[in-house]
Amino acid sequence: MPDQTASSPEKIPVTVLTGYLGAGKTTLLNRILSEPHGKKFAVIVNEFGEIGIDNDLVVNADEEVFEMNNGCICCTVRGDLVRIIDGLMRRKGKFDAIIVETTGLADPAPVAQTFFMDENVGARTKLDAVVTVADAKWLKDRLKDAPEAKNQIAFADVILVNKTDLVSPEELREVEGRIRAINPYATLHRTQRSQIALDAVLGRNAFDLDRILTIEPQFLAGEDHDHHHHDHDHEHCDDENCGHDHHHHGHGLKHYHDEHMQSLALRTDKPLNPDKFFPWVQQLVATDGPNILRSKGILSFKDDPQRFVFQGVHMILDGDHQREWRPGEPRESRIVFIGRDLPEDKIRKGFESCIA
Amino acid sequence: MSDGRATAASVTDRVSPVTVEGAVGVAFLDATPVFVLGEEALLIAAPDGALRVPVHDGAILGIAGDGTRIVTGGDDGKLVVTGGDGVPQTIAVDDRRRWIDQVALGPDGALAWSAGKTAFVRTGAGELRQRDMPSTPAGLAFMPKGFRLAVAHYNGVSLWFPNLPAEPERLEWKGSHLGVVISPDGRFIVTAMQEPLLHAWRLADRKDMRMSGYSARVRSLGFTAGGAFLATGGSEQVILWPFSGKDGPMGKQPRLLAPAQARVALVACHPEQPVVAAGYSDGMVLLVRVEDGAEILVRRPTGAPVTALGWDRAGTTLAFAAEDGVGGTLRL
Repeated sequence: MPDQTASSPEKIPVTVLTGYLGAGKTTLLNRILSEPHGKKFAVIVNEFGEIGIDNDLVVNADEEVFEMNNGCICCTVRGDLVRIIDGLMRRKGKFDAIIVETTGLADPAPVAQTFFMDENVGARTKLDAVVTVADAKWLKDRLKDAPEAKNQIAFADVILVNKTDLVSPEELREVEGRIRAINPYATLHRTQRSQIALDAVLGRNAFDLDRILTIEPQFLAGEDHDHHHHDHDHEHCDDENCGHDHHHHGHGLKHYHDEHMQSLALRTDKPLNPDKFFPWVQQLVATDGPNILRSKGILSFKDDPQRFVFQGVHMILDGDHQREWRPGEPRESRIVFIGRDLPEDKIRKGFESCIA
Repeated sequence: MSDGRATAASVTDRVSPVTVEGAVGVAFLDATPVFVLGEEALLIAAPDGALRVPVHDGAILGIAGDGTRIVTGGDDGKLVVTGGDGVPQTIAVDDRRRWIDQVALGPDGALAWSAGKTAFVRTGAGELRQRDMPSTPAGLAFMPKGFRLAVAHYNGVSLWFPNLPAEPERLEWKGSHLGVVISPDGRFIVTAMQEPLLHAWRLADRKDMRMSGYSARVRSLGFTAGGAFLATGGSEQVILWPFSGKDGPMGKQPRLLAPAQARVALVACHPEQPVVAAGYSDGMVLLVRVEDGAEILVRRPTGAPVTALGWDRAGTTLAFAAEDGVGGTLRL
């Protein structure tokens, strides 16, 4: 990690708003800007004019996705963001946070990677969360025909299932099931006209290593056994009817499997050998990084009194010691990958080989 | 260790302090330093007191000066030129109020700027030319000979004759080019890239060169007097690449001068002498002689990064500012 100089002022949080065309992104943005919260936002949008708020800190972006010259094909950054954030920071003190609205067809990864790849951006701002607005009625179809929509769900920290008033309870359960099949870790909210408490989408600290307190799947909290008993990744559904209902969840959530995008959670209560783990995980993201959208882990290393936490976006990994393991706290290592066609056996065996 | 430069000669007692908050650059109108603030205004540091001159309604993004005029581009979509009389004049307003974030000064009063993907040139006679680039310009520089503009962008540099209808000549190199400088003899074009390295082309045969080894993205670079060296920041020392031979820096080692614990944020080359002023991320300012690396301390490190550094055209005055608002001028 680059050396952060001594006087490191408070970093400006950046929220990334994604969502397929027509899902309700701009409505959410206008809501955020118009509520009487007393906060001032700088907003980076892809189209002027859709914002109904008079704000001199609205910047038009061109979504220029640039490849880095580091031999890593998935290491892309948003070149326009590098410049815009540099310009915005000349007006620091005039705003409390930055919101980046992407186009409906955008991949969130280059936006997120910009905060890790550009030192100047990373020194002055921090990625807070990727918030995805999903259309309760149409998401199901978009997941079939639009890879962008799937990426946006897979990448999200917070998902708004919007326009719930336009679907039946069954349809709602189904779309939530499909979201969970791709990303069981995001916080999910049901909304109408993108109406939501601001603190549910802002100030999430989702990329803050110190905040990786838990990586439990949100809907399986306390019921993790389901994850082991069902052989998710070997069961392929060719139509939506094969999704089986897990009534015992108590959430009435339908359970689906996405054929290509899934999450993989691994855990062990045996301590890991850091000299094996780091080369393994670095090699893994070097080879499979293009398909791994997000990764997170809490690790227990042998003879190490501290928890090690890491998170990643494609090939970029960021990790650090977080804190002492607490007395009585189970010293478990857990890692999660969300990605496309993940080689589960290879990852599972590799992880097990890191046990000290 | 930076404080341990006790052995270095010091001229800190000869610096006239200037209080300037939020300076992002400095230029000169004749011998008078003019600090460019991150927002709204210039601060003309005249000997009889500083004068604040409003020039933009918002952030000031692009800055260039040639001693007789200072051109600034703002997030208000305006291009403003402030002349020797200290009176700002709005030269252009972007019709879509896009940010004007790159500016350059050319021969005979010519100006260049960019907004979005479009590069603009206003000739000395006041004629406006414009040309769309393959992606958003991230650096502009006029060539020393001929009326020609170099535009850095994604995947290379475009060389554009604004007075000719021809397609700009393209120098290609994969990646994002974020700044461009041209050697005074016009033989070499150098860009600073998104990665911590520089790329260069020898124009005669378009030979590519790569200069690497930096610890950070290079945000400040310039040729020393006569063009013998390219001085650069982006590392914990001033890195100087030799450009005097016919092959430029090819196969040669750079000179590494004035090492410190902090990174060199800004470099400013003396216009006449082989001397480089270096401003560090801990607030230190040094004068460094290229020949033997001899150092003179101008500003002690305070912890606040140097944000503005520049010479007047005659090379008799150095001006600087740092994030803590403590700037200064040094008359030699």
